[in-house]
Amino acid sequence: MITPSAASTAAKKKFLHDATEHVRDVGHRDFVRRALGGYYTNRDLQQARYHDWEHARDAASLVKWSAVNQLDELLPQFAAAFEANGGQLHWARDAEEARGIVLGLLQAARAKAVIKSKCMTSEEIHLNQALEADGYGVVESDLGEFIQQLRGEPPYHFVFPCMHVRREEISDLFGKHLGTPPTESPEELTMIARRHMRRLYVDADVGITGANFLIAETGQISITENEGNARLTVALPRIHIAIAGIEKVIERLDDLSVLLPMLATAGAGQQMTCYNTLYSGPRREGESDGPEEMHLVLLDNSRTALLADAEQRDALHCIRCGACLNVCPIFKNVGGFTYGTTYQGPIGSVITPHLRGLAEWSHLSAASSLCGACTDACPVRIDIHHHLLHNRRNAARTAPSRLERFGHRLFSQVARRPWLFAAGGWIFRKTLWITKPLRPPLLSAWLATRNLPPAPRQSFRAAWRRRTR
Amino acid sequence: MTLRSQAENDAARAAILARVSEALRVPAPPPQLGGHSTSPAVASGHSALAILPADTSRPWLPTGGDSPAESLQLLGENLEKLRATVFRVPDLAAAADCLLAQARERDWHRVAYHAHPLVEPLVAGIPCATHCVAAKDSFDKDALEACDAGLTACECLVAQTGSILVSSGSCGGRALSILPHTHVVVATLDQIVPTLADAFAGIRERYAGQLPSMLSFITGPSRTGDIERILVLGAHGPKELILILVG
Repeated sequence: MITPSAASTAAKKKFLHDATEHVRDVGHRDFVRRALGGYYTNRDLQQARYHDWEHARDAASLVKWSAVNQLDELLPQFAAAFEANGGQLHWARDAEEARGIVLGLLQAARAKAVIKSKCMTSEEIHLNQALEADGYGVVESDLGEFIQQLRGEPPYHFVFPCMHVRREEISDLFGKHLGTPPTESPEELTMIARRHMRRLYVDADVGITGANFLIAETGQISITENEGNARLTVALPRIHIAIAGIEKVIERLDDLSVLLPMLATAGAGQQMTCYNTLYSGPRREGESDGPEEMHLVLLDNSRTALLADAEQRDALHCIRCGACLNVCPIFKNVGGFTYGTTYQGPIGSVITPHLRGLAEWSHLSAASSLCGACTDACPVRIDIHHHLLHNRRNAARTAPSRLERFGHRLFSQVARRPWLFAAGGWIFRKTLWITKPLRPPLLSAWLATRNLPPAPRQSFRAAWRRRTR
Repeated sequence: MTLRSQAENDAARAAILARVSEALRVPAPPPQLGGHSTSPAVASGHSALAILPADTSRPWLPTGGDSPAESLQLLGENLEKLRATVFRVPDLAAAADCLLAQARERDWHRVAYHAHPLVEPLVAGIPCATHCVAAKDSFDKDALEACDAGLTACECLVAQTGSILVSSGSCGGRALSILPHTHVVVATLDQIVPTLADAFAGIRERYAGQLPSMLSFITGPSRTGDIERILVLGAHGPKELILILVG
């Protein structure tokens, strides 16, 4: 339930409206649930291959904890190693600065065609809109992102961008934009995108990617993907630009031997994602191909604000596997767009208030049943559902609701006087039936679909007295 | 928008690093672990360095096999599940025959390869056009795009995950193993390592100091599940992955 304490913001109104709409759309809910069915099976199968999945989670969580808490040392270490490899590093304090850096690089390169592989950080800074406004043609090469780009929608899920779209809709979409004949086969639809994209890889001057991990020890960046589109994006264009948050730094190359399989298993129920690729700098002497320049934009964009919150710092351990979305009852019922954020689901509800303001986004933390499925699913053991509670507490502290304060004061006065408590209970038992015809505003959402139980004939205290007499 | 000056970049760097140092002044509690008595953190006092020792044992991860025979068996099983095709041949002559059969069966017109002692003998007898990717100044993207198959060597094969590690240094650069529709890998039995950790250790040993600019773990043919979460092979990379294992 949404607590009345949070100030009613535009984002919250939108959330309530969209959530109500989506929850009623049983067809959509069924579709999303069916799409996730295979994920649960595969994830369980792969987890069973671990000698001890829980132990592996401990290790992964310690790797990330250690890295995030040493970021002051690891960031300069990564920077030095990355530059020694021949990469050019650009530091961006916020989204605007990051967009400016990328636009500056494209202009200096006289770029005409840009190809992108999936990068949530670029969604976070709204890069595509900025590039298009400046006249650059940008093509998303990941199949799901490509479909979302043609639909003019942001990703629905930060790992499965178009999991809500039916194949018939994709067929119509490709027919409209690419002039291809209708088909209901996912295989044929994938091949349409494959054929369309091949020329674009060859012709692009600049390839833009994200990064899953930055390795301080070696200065490499690690990119995880299944389709091969990131591999092509970093192989063929003349210039490679990667964008990543500062929290992606890990200490050692060897840490990947834990993180890569766990990312695959938790995120998509795979043993290992199809391509896990480490890049260090542009084409080397003696190598046959590769870009002439490699750039990395290192983004803060309020990550340091989350880092400063020692209680919730572990939210920066997130490796964006998406496991918490896949198991979340709220996500499965309200859908990805309802959140109105770049990062959806439980982890999105935890971090968005830090990245974009608690006053505007605290309602996300209230939209949770606190069942803890997200925390159980997290491969790096982020205490997600407790952080939702922390956000609620912080919101109540910074913007206390008058009504709630009045309510608590009233209750404390009543609870301190046994005779008043008894009288209040008596009145409540006698008048409870009125709530049904009256539908008081605070309870109407509950009463619309639920019946109150009949009031007990006597109070608990009376029953207790009789028992112990 | 113009290119940012070095001074502006340095200012941003200093500002971010200052924020990071300031933020870390309050220590964070160590993570809550799973409550195992054998938990790595219990023994190590929460140091990730201590829980990931320099040797490559990660007993809690999926196994990589305890002997070379077990690792070989596991590699085969994993590659089969990943829908890669594996041919086991006794020597390079048999490997060449194997490649020839694949070329005929799939009607290849043009095969790309790179200079490597395992690769070149196989290409010699192939009944179609070939394209050698070499470390010249200009790289011909279109010529490579027109090839049906790319033939490469690899750095190692990882039994634990069924992964094939290729590098830009000794496996024909970046595009050869990803652009053609079929990727054929030639490897010898002694290139099999049990786990990912062993693969990293091997790379470290081979390229002390200067790592190749790309290292890629290839785990099965390219795939996607973006349409209704239904698995489709050959999204953008190779639709087919063939391993010819010599020895």
